[in-house]
Amino acid sequence: MNTLTGTGMLLRLALRRDRWMIAVWTVFTSVVPLGFVSAFNATAPTAAARQDFVDTSVHNTAFIIAYGPLHGSTLGQLVTWRAGFIPVIVGLVALLLMIRHTRTEEEAGRLELVGATAVGRHAGLAAALISVLVGSAVVSALSALALVSAGLGAGGAVVFGLGLLLTGCAFAAAGAIFAQLTAGAGGARGIAIVVLGAAFLVRGIASVSQQSGGSLGWLAWLSPVAWAGEFRPYAGDRWWIAVPCLLATAALVALAVTLAGRRDLGSGMIQPRPGPAEAAAALRTPLALAWRLHRGALFSRLAGFAVVGYALGAVAESISHLLDNSGAAARDLLAGLGLRGSLLQQYVDGMMTLAAVVAAAYAIQAALRPRAEEVAGLAEPMLATPVQRLRWAWSHFLFALLGPTLGLAVFGAVLGLAHGINAGDVAGQVPAMLGAALVQLPAVWLFTGVAVALFGLLPRLAAWAFAALPLSLFLGWLGAELQLGEFVTGLSAFSHIPKLPAEPLSVLPLAVLTAMAAALIAAGSAGIRGRDLPIG
Amino acid sequence: MTDAISVTGLVKSFGPARALDGLNLSVRTGEVHGFLGPNGAGKSTTLRILLGLMRADSGQARLLGGDPWTETAELHRRLAYVPGDVTLWPGLSGGEVIDLLGRLRGGMNQTRKKDLIDRFALDPRKKGRTYSKGNRQKVALVAALASDAELLVLDEPTSGLDPLMEEVFREVVREEQRRDGRTVLLSSHILGEVESLCERVTIIREGRTVEAGSLAELRHLSRTSVQAELASPAAGLEDLPGVHDLRADGARVSFDVDAPALDDVLRHLTAAGVRSLVSRPPTLEELFLRHYDTTPVGALR
Repeated sequence: MNTLTGTGMLLRLALRRDRWMIAVWTVFTSVVPLGFVSAFNATAPTAAARQDFVDTSVHNTAFIIAYGPLHGSTLGQLVTWRAGFIPVIVGLVALLLMIRHTRTEEEAGRLELVGATAVGRHAGLAAALISVLVGSAVVSALSALALVSAGLGAGGAVVFGLGLLLTGCAFAAAGAIFAQLTAGAGGARGIAIVVLGAAFLVRGIASVSQQSGGSLGWLAWLSPVAWAGEFRPYAGDRWWIAVPCLLATAALVALAVTLAGRRDLGSGMIQPRPGPAEAAAALRTPLALAWRLHRGALFSRLAGFAVVGYALGAVAESISHLLDNSGAAARDLLAGLGLRGSLLQQYVDGMMTLAAVVAAAYAIQAALRPRAEEVAGLAEPMLATPVQRLRWAWSHFLFALLGPTLGLAVFGAVLGLAHGINAGDVAGQVPAMLGAALVQLPAVWLFTGVAVALFGLLPRLAAWAFAALPLSLFLGWLGAELQLGEFVTGLSAFSHIPKLPAEPLSVLPLAVLTAMAAALIAAGSAGIRGRDLPIG
Repeated sequence: MTDAISVTGLVKSFGPARALDGLNLSVRTGEVHGFLGPNGAGKSTTLRILLGLMRADSGQARLLGGDPWTETAELHRRLAYVPGDVTLWPGLSGGEVIDLLGRLRGGMNQTRKKDLIDRFALDPRKKGRTYSKGNRQKVALVAALASDAELLVLDEPTSGLDPLMEEVFREVVREEQRRDGRTVLLSSHILGEVESLCERVTIIREGRTVEAGSLAELRHLSRTSVQAELASPAAGLEDLPGVHDLRADGARVSFDVDAPALDDVLRHLTAAGVRSLVSRPPTLEELFLRHYDTTPVGALR
């Protein structure tokens, strides 16, 4: 029996378990560039208009950080540039899928079950790698097809797809390494997300440097997030980039295999420290336990909000200068894209919505923690003590309500501070940006409400709360893009949030969203009181 | 003597599957009661209803004189529970879990906790994710046994423990019961454990109680195996009530006989002239195997 025996069988198992996940991921990521094609065709139909857009955008540091360097003004170049955040999504899914099929399986003891059958030592790792590779290949093929179907050249389309495929492979290999480091899947995911964030920042630095003729452009080679852009689809189609990317991926896989061979089942390269023999005096209530379980996620989210808030605030000032550089043309262009108000306001709106989406994802995750405890069998021993169900559930919901609140407060305050320092208006910008961030909360809480209601009333479907977020965003985006009218756009919770500080603070939509959230939470709580627990 | 637990006609369905179908269970205060049944018979569902985690569709369940669904918090102060499949929070050490559960229950005896940790040879400093199944079980056992609860609800508490630790568990339960007169409801598959700890047992199958009583009574209800060599063939033996599985080979016979019919059957045998006789009382295994048999309940009757 060689070390890969049984890989095919495990691969089928992995693909079977992920069929929905892969379907959503591949279709979503490959359809998005089509949206950009129609958006650019509608707003910048002529070469001159596109050139105007490029002239504006190359000075916008935030755009360059988010999407990478911009190499030209043809439609293909603009669309593939604007799709520059897709490598981040591909990387994220690849990392999470890898860890899900390796370390999570091992931690749950399922790998042991499978490993005792006629399965080779490295079959699990190989099956996980191939399944992510299959997913990336589907993304790659569908994306290329989408671009070709939109009338863009086939060469650039294939190169664009190839870039995404190799991004997926590189992050799958990186995920395979992270899965060897810690004994827990949570720790491995934490490392993966930090590394992905670092790769994104490195691409940002490299891109800004490339765009401004600086000397740090070579940093792009260190960040797999940047590789897809280095292929330069529709701007030279640099096929040969595939060679160094494949070599680097092969080296990462070799490292993962070496690490996997050096450790025992269930252990990691980083040994867990022993804990205390007795609980601290404060660990005596459900809330104290919830704090223990939530604090790691809370602190890492707060740190993330602070770092990203600072980076986004620091570049905000350069956007307000754009008006002087490009003048009316840029303003018209942005108005044509459906954006109103000053460039800075547009930027703030976009970033605040982005932060609200991240906060909402965190809210859903925190609100579903008691469901995870229920499924894992951890709720049962708790609820066999005098602790009442609602007290137990609410000790978690508290983090789903206050965690995002703190996160957005940190984001707004830090963004305002960084921008205020540049603009010489700290006293004015901090409260303004704090307000613009906090006003998002009712929409965020609505997602807490959806998660709580599902947990209480339809616990088996609780994980679908995560689907509510992209669905809401997608409807808002689709409605605006296809001009389907207020009704469809209005299904997105975020579309009701007043755009502070330019717009006045309208209380009614906020009150309605908050009331809806409260009603959902109340319904969920009633469900928790009345239902069987655990429901498997 | 009052009953610590009394359950009558309990019914619980999960969708189309009927997990409990008129189950009865009564546990007297101060006794160790064995709760037995094959996998999927409804043991854990019954315990969850008694703990107020699930609500029965119909029937009555009383626990320590209260309603387990409406008086949850009050009743839980007086009991401790070890679930069938113990999972621990991956980031908390075993010692932390023991202390937390004890404090949530309203305090525990520190000396007894230390003593139990020693006797079960548990390392309380390891994190939840690093414990083996047996060690997770020990954490839950220490947390429950170190409490001053008057009722212990234990769902297959020794699964995953090695024989040495099983023995420690038996000792501890016996001590606790002698000292405080605690009531223990013990769901188990391990016959030796049930035989050595339990005064009375309830056997359930497919959500119904099929047998309840003291071990002595249950033995009495079962059949004795008889093999005999007779002077002449015993005519009419097959017609006697209570005789089963008769095999006759000339003057040699072997059969099973119900305990109440034993007297008549022996008289019949002596009439034919007994050369040799072997009779064997039912073992517990036979008793259980009869009830664990997977043929439907109706077919047995």
